[in-house]
This record gives sequence, C-alpha cells and structure tokens, in this order.
Amino acid sequence: MGKDLSIKKVLVIGSGPIIIGQAAEFDYAGVQACRALREEKIEVILVNSNPATIMTDENIADKVYIEPLTLESLTCIIKKERPNGLIASLGGQTGLNLACELSDAGVLDEYGVKLLGTNIESIKKAEDRELFKNLMNEIGEPIPDSEIVSSYDDAKKFADRIGFPIIIRPAFTLGGSGGGIANNETEYEEIVYSGLQQSPINQVLVEKSIAGFKEIEYEVMRDSNDTCIIICNMENIDPIGIHTGDSFVVAPSQTLTNNEYQMLRASAIKIIRALKIEGGCNVQYALDTTSNQYYVIEVNPRVSRSSALASKATGYPIAKVTTKIAIGYELSEIKNAITGKTVAAFEPALDYTVVKIPKWPFDKFATGDRMLGTKMKATGEVMAIGRTFKSSFKKAVASLEDKHPGILHYKFENLPDEELLQNLYIQDDRRIFRVAEALKRNFDVKKVQEITKIDPWFINQIKDIVGLEFEMSIKPLNLELYKKAKDYGYLDCEISDISNVSIDELKEYDYPAAFRIVDTCAGEFHASTPYFYSTYGEACELEEYKMEHGEVNSKEPPQEKGGNQKKGNIVVLGSGPIRIGQGIEFDYCSVHASMAILQNGYESVMVNSNPETLSTDFDIASRLYFEPMNAENVMNIIRKEKPEGVMVQFGGQTAINLAPKLAREGVKILGTSLESIDMVEDRKVFEKLLSDLNIPQPKGRGVRSTAEALSTAKELGYPVLVRPSYVIGGRGMQVVYNDDELLTYINEALKFSNEHPVLIDQYIEGLEVELDAISDGKDVLIPGICEHIERAGVHSGDSMSIYPSRNITKRQEKKLVEYAKKIAQKVKIIGLMNIQFIIKDDVVYVIEVNPRASRTVPIMSKVTGLPMTEIAINAILGKSIRGQGYGIGLHKTTKLVCVKMPVFSFRKLNKIDPALAPEMKSTGEVLGVDYSYKKALLKAFIAGGYKFDQKKQRVLVSLNDHYKKPALKIVKQIYEQGFFIMATWGTHKFLEKNGIPSKMIEKFMVDKLQKRMKEGRLSFVLNTPTLGKNSQTSGFQIRTIAEIYGIPCFTSIDTARAYMTAVKTYDKKTRLNCDTITNYRKKKFLGIF
Amino acid sequence: MLAALILEDGTVLRGESFGAEGTSMGEIVFNTSMAGYQEILTDPSYANQVIVMTYPEIGNYGINETDSESEKPRCKGFIVKNWCKNESHYKSGKNISEYLKEHGIIGISGIDTRFLTKKIREKGTMNCLITTENVDENNITSKMAQLDLYTTDRDVVFKVSSNKIRRVNDFGDINLALIDYGCKTGIIDSLIRRGCRVTVFPANTEANTILDGKFDCIFLSNGPGNPADCEFEINTLHNLIGKLPIFGICLGYQLLSIVLGAKTYKLKYGHRGANHPVVNLLNKKVMMTSQNHGYAVDTESLTKIMDATYQNLNDGTLEGFKSNSLKIDAVQFHPEANPGPTDAAVIFDEWVEKMRKYKKIPLRKADEVANLS
Repeated sequence: MGKDLSIKKVLVIGSGPIIIGQAAEFDYAGVQACRALREEKIEVILVNSNPATIMTDENIADKVYIEPLTLESLTCIIKKERPNGLIASLGGQTGLNLACELSDAGVLDEYGVKLLGTNIESIKKAEDRELFKNLMNEIGEPIPDSEIVSSYDDAKKFADRIGFPIIIRPAFTLGGSGGGIANNETEYEEIVYSGLQQSPINQVLVEKSIAGFKEIEYEVMRDSNDTCIIICNMENIDPIGIHTGDSFVVAPSQTLTNNEYQMLRASAIKIIRALKIEGGCNVQYALDTTSNQYYVIEVNPRVSRSSALASKATGYPIAKVTTKIAIGYELSEIKNAITGKTVAAFEPALDYTVVKIPKWPFDKFATGDRMLGTKMKATGEVMAIGRTFKSSFKKAVASLEDKHPGILHYKFENLPDEELLQNLYIQDDRRIFRVAEALKRNFDVKKVQEITKIDPWFINQIKDIVGLEFEMSIKPLNLELYKKAKDYGYLDCEISDISNVSIDELKEYDYPAAFRIVDTCAGEFHASTPYFYSTYGEACELEEYKMEHGEVNSKEPPQEKGGNQKKGNIVVLGSGPIRIGQGIEFDYCSVHASMAILQNGYESVMVNSNPETLSTDFDIASRLYFEPMNAENVMNIIRKEKPEGVMVQFGGQTAINLAPKLAREGVKILGTSLESIDMVEDRKVFEKLLSDLNIPQPKGRGVRSTAEALSTAKELGYPVLVRPSYVIGGRGMQVVYNDDELLTYINEALKFSNEHPVLIDQYIEGLEVELDAISDGKDVLIPGICEHIERAGVHSGDSMSIYPSRNITKRQEKKLVEYAKKIAQKVKIIGLMNIQFIIKDDVVYVIEVNPRASRTVPIMSKVTGLPMTEIAINAILGKSIRGQGYGIGLHKTTKLVCVKMPVFSFRKLNKIDPALAPEMKSTGEVLGVDYSYKKALLKAFIAGGYKFDQKKQRVLVSLNDHYKKPALKIVKQIYEQGFFIMATWGTHKFLEKNGIPSKMIEKFMVDKLQKRMKEGRLSFVLNTPTLGKNSQTSGFQIRTIAEIYGIPCFTSIDTARAYMTAVKTYDKKTRLNCDTITNYRKKKFLGIF
Repeated sequence: MLAALILEDGTVLRGESFGAEGTSMGEIVFNTSMAGYQEILTDPSYANQVIVMTYPEIGNYGINETDSESEKPRCKGFIVKNWCKNESHYKSGKNISEYLKEHGIIGISGIDTRFLTKKIREKGTMNCLITTENVDENNITSKMAQLDLYTTDRDVVFKVSSNKIRRVNDFGDINLALIDYGCKTGIIDSLIRRGCRVTVFPANTEANTILDGKFDCIFLSNGPGNPADCEFEINTLHNLIGKLPIFGICLGYQLLSIVLGAKTYKLKYGHRGANHPVVNLLNKKVMMTSQNHGYAVDTESLTKIMDATYQNLNDGTLEGFKSNSLKIDAVQFHPEANPGPTDAAVIFDEWVEKMRKYKKIPLRKADEVANLS
C-alpha cells in the first residue's frame, strides 16, 4: 500500500499532565510518533498541556501548542491549522477520549480531518463495556460472566448459574465499599444484601471471580493489510486481582506452555482483527492455573504503558511503527531499524528476560493505604534486563533505589513466624519481600503459593535467590560461590555484607560484568543496536560494537573544522523511576543533555532504569545502558566506557546521590564539582556559606528533645517549620503554629528516631520565588524568575507559579539576581542550579539551593526559548556563557505570561490528605500560557481539569484560626461572585461578625455533604486544615471525599483567591488566545526592556 | 557434573551436564522459539542435530503427556543457558532433565548460548561433539579427531520414519496417504481435524503400494537431513506425481521441488524458530510461521510448471510453491505450528478444501503430465 500521500499535516494529541496510570510512556510514544511523521516529511502539529514533556519541545514538532486538552481548544487549533490527519492513539486515554469528543462534535468532519490509525467505531467497541461484551460474544471469546442485579433473588440466580467464587461490586459507592468476594452462599447473601443497601441506586454488579488466575498480556500490532504480529507477551507475577500497573511483570511469559502461549496469541489476533485496529493494541487475559480456560479481561485499543514496556523489553518501537501504520504503511514495508535488513513484520525473539517492578509513592505517603487491588497506585516503574529470570528480578529490585538493594526487607526480619504467615495474605506493595522472608525461613513453597496465588515457579526462583544468601552467610566465600551470586544478580555490597568480606577483596575474584545487545532477534541476524544490559560470565559485545561503529558516533558528526577528531564519550545519569518529586522533567533534562553532548562532538552514554521514558529509547544517545542506578552497576559501565566524565546534574537526586560514590572511584564529575555539591547539600556548610555572603536565611536549629524543641520554637517565634533531618516512615515537613502542634509533631517524630535531630526553622510566611540559573563559574544566565501563588510553606512542586513574576519590585529583582550570581560564583556552579527564595517585608531570604537541574527547567526553556540544558552542557564542556550569545544576567521577558498548575493523583490513592503542605504530593503539572496573567491563570485551571461552565452552588468554607483573618477578603469575593456559603461553626461566627452571610453547619456531616457532592450541589470546598495529620478528623474526610467526587478543594487561601480570579475572568467571557508557544514568545514588549 | 561442547572450528565451551551422560556428535543448530521446547525436542526433523535454545530459561513448565510431536526425541543433544529443576505446570509429569535422561539425550546448561548462536550465525552450522567426559589439554586432540571423522547419516529419514503402514483414524471424507519422513503429530492432527482419513506410510514405501490404496491424495511430511540424500523417496515421488494430488511440508516440500526439477541448497545456518514472517505471493498477506529447516529451494531453479506461492520476508528465500496442473501444493514452513504461531493453519483449510475439489475432478493423463515437465 505504502504511505498515504494525501496526508501532509498531522495533529498529534498528547496525554496531558502526569497522573498515576498515565505517565511518561506517552511522552515517549508521542515523541516517537512526531519523529516518525517528520521522517516522512509530514508537518506535525502537537498539542499537550504538559510543559515538562519532551514532545512539547519545538524541535520535536513543527508547531507546538501548550494549550488545555479540551474540545474547545482542540477545535480552535484544528480550525487554525487545518491538519489533514489526527493521531490520537498515542496520547493515552486522554488522547483517545478527545478524539471521540472531536468526532462526536462533528469537528473532524467539518474540517476534513481524518482520524489516522484505529477508527472511532473500533475505539468505542473496545472501550464501551456493553459493546465490547457483545463483540466478544459474537466472535466467541470468553469474558468473565457478569450481571447487574437489583435483588438478591436475581443475584442468586446468577450464582446458581456460574458458581462461586463471585465478586460483588455495588454501583456508585465510594472506593468500591460494600463489595467483596463471596466463596459460598452464606457470604454471598451477606455481601449482596449489604451491597444493595449501600448502593444509592440499589444495584450491584455480580461477576464471576477469577482472582488467582494468571494474568497475561499480549502486545499486538495490526496493519491495514490485516497482518498481525505479537510484539511481546508478558506474565504478571502477581495473579489477577492486582492491577497490572501495580504488578511485578516478567517478559516473556515464563510458565506458559507453547499451546497456552499460542492459544492466547491466536485469541489476541482474533480480537484485534474483529476490532479492526490499525496500530498497537494491548489485550489482557486471565488464564486458569489448572486448565485451558481463559478470559479476556481488557483491551486497550491504543499504545499504553504496557506497550512502552514491551518496546523497551524487545527493542521493537511500537509507537513509531503504529504511526507508520497510521499513515498507510504496512508492516512488511517498514524496515526493522535494528537489523537494518529485515522488516517490521516479525515477532521479536528474546534471549534474555525482563522484569518490571512498580514504584509506589508510599514512602512519601506514610498514611496511605498500601493495599493493592484493581486501582493502580504506582507512580512509576523500573525495568531490568538479565540473561536469567533471577538476575533480571534481582536487578529490578535493586533499581527501585530503596535503601537496601536486596529482596530481604529489614521490616519483616523480626516478625514472628505465625505473624509472617498471616501477613502473607496482605496484598500490598511489600508482598514480595514478605514472600522472600518466608522462603528464607523455609516456609513450604506450596503453602506460600496457596496463600499468595503466585505461581510456584516464581516462588522457587525467589527461594533460590534467598537460599544463596543463606549459603553465603554460612560458607566461606569462594570463586564459585561468588560467581553464582553475581549470576543471580547480587551486588558486591550485598555479597560483602552477607559474607563479611570487604568489597576490595571481592574485586580480586576478577569476574567482570559483560554487556549484551538487545537485538529483537536473539542473535539470529546481525544487529548493532546501541542498547545494552549487563550480565556476568559471558562474552562482552561492547568492544565488537565499538569496533563496528568507530569511537565517535556517526549519527551526529562533530561540527568543528577538522572533522572527525576523537573526543571520547560522556556518561549521562538518568533519574530512575518516576516518583513524586522526581518526575518526567528530569528525563527531559537527561535527553537534552545527551543531545547537547552529541552536538559538542562527544559520544553520549545514557544510563537509566525507567522503561517509560524517552531517555531509554536507544535512539537518544550513542549508547544506552538499561541498568539499575546504583554505584556498582554504573561503575561497571564506566570501567568499560572509560568516559571523559559523568554528568550528574540532569538526573535529579538519583544522579546527584551517585556522585560521591563515583568520585571515590576516581570518576570525573563534570560541571559543578562534588565539593561544590556538598557545599549546598550539607546544611551546616550551606548556612555558613550564606552568612559569609551576607545573604539572609531563615534561622533554624536541630533539636533532640521536647524541651529543646519548645525552647527553640520560642526563640525563633511561631510559626516554625519542622522536619526530620533523616526521613523515616515518610514523615515530612510541617508548619506548626503553637506549642500544642509542635508537641504533637515532635513526640511523633522522636518516636521514629531519636538518633537524628528534628530540624526547626523559622517559618517566614512570605512570597515564595524561584529561579533557575546557568553558570559557567563566572557569569550566570537567569532565564526568568517565577513567583508562587501560594505563600511559602507549600512545596514548590505543589504550588501554582507565575512567570514572569508580578509582585517583585525592581530592587528585589536585583537582589535575587545578585544573590544567584554570588552563590554561583562562591560555590563554583558549572551548569544548572535552582534557587528558592522567600521575600517578606522587602527582605530576600534564600531557603534552598539545588546544584542541579530542577523541575522548572523544561518550562523555563520553553517559555523563554533558551535551551537551558544545552547552554549548561556547553558551559560544562568549556564554552563560556558570554560566548554562547544568549546574554548574561536576567533574560528579557516577552509578552507571554504563564501559570504552572500542579496536578494530583489522590483519587487513585486512598487515605491521603490532599491538603497542601511543605512535602510534595503532586504527580504532574499543566501550563496555562497567554498574553495576560488572568487569561493564563484561567487556562491553567482549565488545563488542570477545573470546570467553569457550571451553575454556582454552595461552597463549604471551614478555616482554622490562623487563616480566618487572611481569608476574609477572599470569602467575601466568593459570596459576591454568587456562591452560597456554608461554614462550620467557628468560621460561621467569624464571617457573621464580619458581615458575610453564611449558613452554619453544626459540624461536618460527612454523609450529607457527600450526598451534596455526589449530586453536584457543592461547587467547591475551602478548607484550611488544622494540624494533627489525623485521618480521623472530619476535615480530612471532607477533603478526601471532595477528591473522589472531583469537587475542587482548596486548602490554601491563595489557591482559592487565584481560582476566584479565574472564575471572574471566565464570567467576563474573556476570549482566550490559542497559539503556538513560539508565537506567544515572539511578541516582545515595546519600550524599556 | 561438568560437560563440554566442542565445535568443528575448535571452540570449546564448558557447562554443566543435565539429562543423560556420555558423548555424542551431530550438527549444531539454534532455535529462537521462546516456548515450546518439548515440541522442538520431539520434532524428528532434529535427528542428528544438537539443538541450542537461544531463549535462556528452558524447562519451566516441565514435560507433559500431550505436547510431544513424536514418541521420543531424536536430537543428539540439547544446549541451554539455564534449565529448570523446579518446573511448574499442572500438566507436567517430570522435569526436562529426567526426560532427557530417560531418552539418552545429553544436555548441557550454563553455556553462553548467545555467543554460541552468533558463532553459528557467522560460521554456519557446524558439527560438534558434546560430552560429559572430562575434556582437557590431554584429550582435546583425540576428541577433535573423533569429530573430524563424524559424518552425517544419510539414511536418517528411514530411521525416524515409522516402520509399518498404519491407519490413524477411521472417519473422514478424504482418504489421505501420508508419507512419514519423520512426521510431527501436529500435521496428522491438523489433517484429521479437517476431515481426513489418514493412513501413514513409511518413507521406504514403493509408489505402487500407495497407488493401490485408492487414496484421494498424498501428503508428504517434514523430516530431517539433506533432501538430495533421499534418492529412494525422490524416486517414489517420481512415480506418484500426476497420479494423485500431492501436498507437502518441509522435507516433503523440498523433495517435491527436486522431483519437479528445481534445486535445493543448504542455508548457512537455517531457519529455526517461531517468528518467521512469510508473505503469500498471491494475495500479499503476511503471516508469522513456525520454521525448522536447514535447506531451501532455490527460487531461480523453479521450473515452468511450478509457481512460487510463499516467500520469507527476512531473507527472501522461497517458502512455498504449487503446480496447478499437477495438483501439487507445498510449503517449507510448518502450518501445523507446534511450536509456534498458528497463523498458517489456514493452509490446511485451503488444502483440505482443494482435496475435496480434486476428488470431483478427474486427473490429467500421465503422458500429458510428462509433456508439461
């Protein structure tokens, strides 16, 4: 067939902010799509509201719109750009939903936009429960039996027909409450009755339970010629019952016979053909452990998280090929980029195994509900490649970057046997560690299997791993044992600990890591993909690869005169799994760092463990190493690569933490030196540094007792900011306003650890300001200054921020720049840095300096047009900032105004307090860009998912004492804007006194409020929390319920004020602009600047 | 216990023994399937060969009663990275080591199978010796000498073929004679499922024996070795073509090609795996096929009564041909799968459909046929 020549311009929709369940994998997919289209000389229009993505870079698409992902803005873009085609299957659920909306609204037809790839009808057939059920029945593919019933009699009939166990899911209840699994009639009757009662519409869904079945996924691909291939199948180590995003996963399947493998493969192909999908698709199965019975669980008619994983696991670029298919190519017409000879119509063969482990945010959220079920809770994931399951599993565990890299967890070490056995029933994030502990204690494999339903094959593998640990602990270490441990994936630091042999002695065994190529074909064809993983005791392929390719990368020949002089290579350390506080922005920086290194004529070597991201696409660097981000694994690479040095400032804290360990091994840290990093990371040294430079900072001190805490707080004066110096049990920072609150915090914190002091700082409730700077040690370039909307005390990642700043005087601005320059020079920052300030009463305080790339780098790069990472890399590699031609000091602003808005994933995580605090909780962000603050602000809210077209209803206001007075003006505004105020007793009294009418509610009547929220009779909640992070407080409950029903809940009066500004702007029917980021930036201020 | 692998080129790789002990020699080949080791082990086409599995974890689901392609493994050895002692599957009866031991097959684990695979890829298939005896400086030369003397058994087809005529099933509207060159049960099952009444003939059967049986058509199975060595079989086929419709798979396909005047040649390292893309040259549809062959039919050598039907997308080699006038249809790959994708099962559908159609149309005269070729 070949390319559809009528397609000249294509709109690609991104997936919006990172939330749990929809993360960096869509940035990876989107970028692949854009590149695949541009390769075909097709003009690419990209839209995404997420500014931290690489896809929103202006060199990725021809035109980049950072605009809200709504029907209105998409319509506007289509009207303006008139693309012939639209690709929606690469933007996650968001992209797919938008494509459906655009189609339903007739926009696609009106402007003649062709939906490329899978058509709307197919999407709907896969997405709609009922249509899907019908289709499966039609083609004879089994799905779990289910029925919606309104009475026990009907439920009974269903049970009689299909037998137990049965899952009961009440309709419309909170978090699935009232449901459960019934194994017999007695349990069934009880649960169905209670479910019917709890369901507001007296309905429950009864479904045949297949919990305990194996969960198997297939990544399928189809083209318009009806060619179907399986890219990869994957087996979840956790059985059905735990969301696949929360499961340990292995690729390819390990426990399936060929017949089972092919039975499901054939089914997947049958389904993709019936749905007429063109491109990638994911099909999930449940397979019985004692028969051939299987069920189709779910079909995702699009590129997904699993397909990113499958791409990385096999080397097959699913998103790229999906794009080529969408523009008309057939699989047999697309070249296999890896072999260069064969075509994309084949099924990858692996000669290694791959294990994926989710990364959960429970280290941040100590109170969070760790139980895993049908709702995904992980924020990111790690993947590891090894020649055997044991090594890939062990490497994946090490990739989690937990304190201990092993599979035996200190938490369970001292648990009595009986308790451990009982705890094996708990399905939470630490289950596999309990299994390991049980196996270490020689619990019966069968027993463990019965309880956990994990296939004995996996249990035995884990048993082997812990068994070796036991062997090492009782036998003297010898070469044979050491080799076995390395083959199993043990790190030297673990072996050293277990065997009590020093790491230096281990080095004498001389059993070095070897590197292998991921080649999609198990060595059958010659391939030289720059994609490596480590193994032990086997031949290394790196030298061979280097010989074939010459030392300097051929992709980007050096630009200097004289041509091919050899410059060597530079290692870029990535940021590992996505977690709260370390997200996609660091992948952005790592990718740019790699590109800039190439531009400087060096080779770049990328190291990372995250399968979702673009940095682990083997096209990004000269060579990619998919390895755990720890000192040993990285050193193995460095020993082979012999780089000029290592870039640690682009991979977030993960990379920074590795710096000292690498430096100790004699590795050159490029850019800001280790000593300099220490100057700002070590609290004491940093304090002295600031006072030496005469830069104000909040006062503070570490305390070790209650008495000391009270006296310190008295001396500093309330409010104070308290935080542990050593984070344990997830307790983070908090602001306390009085002795009582302080005591609650201190007592709790000291309980966890009295070895480490609790830090108490003066809390300055001022304007928080932040800037990123690039320094060459002499000059600094500051792209811009951002100002936070929320006052200090809210984590910078969770606050809304505005660029350019609005409330900073010229004098203050000068101070900020001066301080930044002073610090950069004194610390000898070479490369990027980020500084956070508080301005109060015209005093500028420095509160934090990060000697590395920050969360705001991608945003500032885009809104200012300064390629910050590139400038930084150039500076690190010896080009002065002055010489680069971007100017020095504070960069000029343009007419563009942007507002960054954090996005949270609380709905996925139970029992997490949504209240803003000094510790970060958001998972992603959106950017509103326009020509005025008000417009940008409204856009940010819209992009963040807030709705403005609804009727103004009740607003629940409940303020703590500290914020009553400051909130008065804003509550008045809420009232004047036409909302009806309900207030809790104290707040009501206060409002009454100040002449603002409100209806008093006795206290939080949770049930009643919940009903209102459910019926849409509550517009939003303004609740400043009282202290005591107690999940029992009614405020906490209200906040959580609001999250569940999607009712905006503001816990900072500053956010509420901003929201009211947005409401006003909306009500005035202000016309928002819709333009590319390039155009927004172009319009310069006339005049003084 | 230790074990060693010695290649023709002098490479020695050491690993651990599993399965049987002893020494054996054969041609070393690799298979890239990620599942289906039981089907591979029991595929008679691997007779005289030592199999290297590129997928590193082998034996995970044990050995069961239902998945064998013949009664016993015929290969000379089995080389893996890792074999699984604690297998896990409800159907499993024993672990893979027990099974190999039972059948006297030597296994070696702990081998750098990727290194070995690349070696075979670069140098082509070679002969090898595997042994559980100690191999050291003192005896390596004698082992190499032993390997130098090794020649392949040219009568291998007779050895793996059944030794008597056997009626497999009693029902079905197509009376089919299958010549067993080392037939996988998957082929017979595929035919029976579609309504064939199958009678299996040994490879050394004379043409008349088959012609006397009043069959509707003939089916030629897969099998081991070099097709050019199969003089007897080729001769039989000369006496069968034109008289009955003939269908063939793998070795059967290669033999038919020789009979129709084409040539076969040895591939450098063969096609063995479950992921080979094949395009149907008539309708341009692409499917994934299961393959196991070391020889190929030279496309250039096709005679005018032969029409190419399938082609491998990886290396462009011929994968199927037909001859409408002679009612012959044959493919190189394995539509019966086992192991591997079942995409090509449609070929059995088409062929059985053809068998039914041919039943109604009388054949051309034999002399007419002679003129054609």
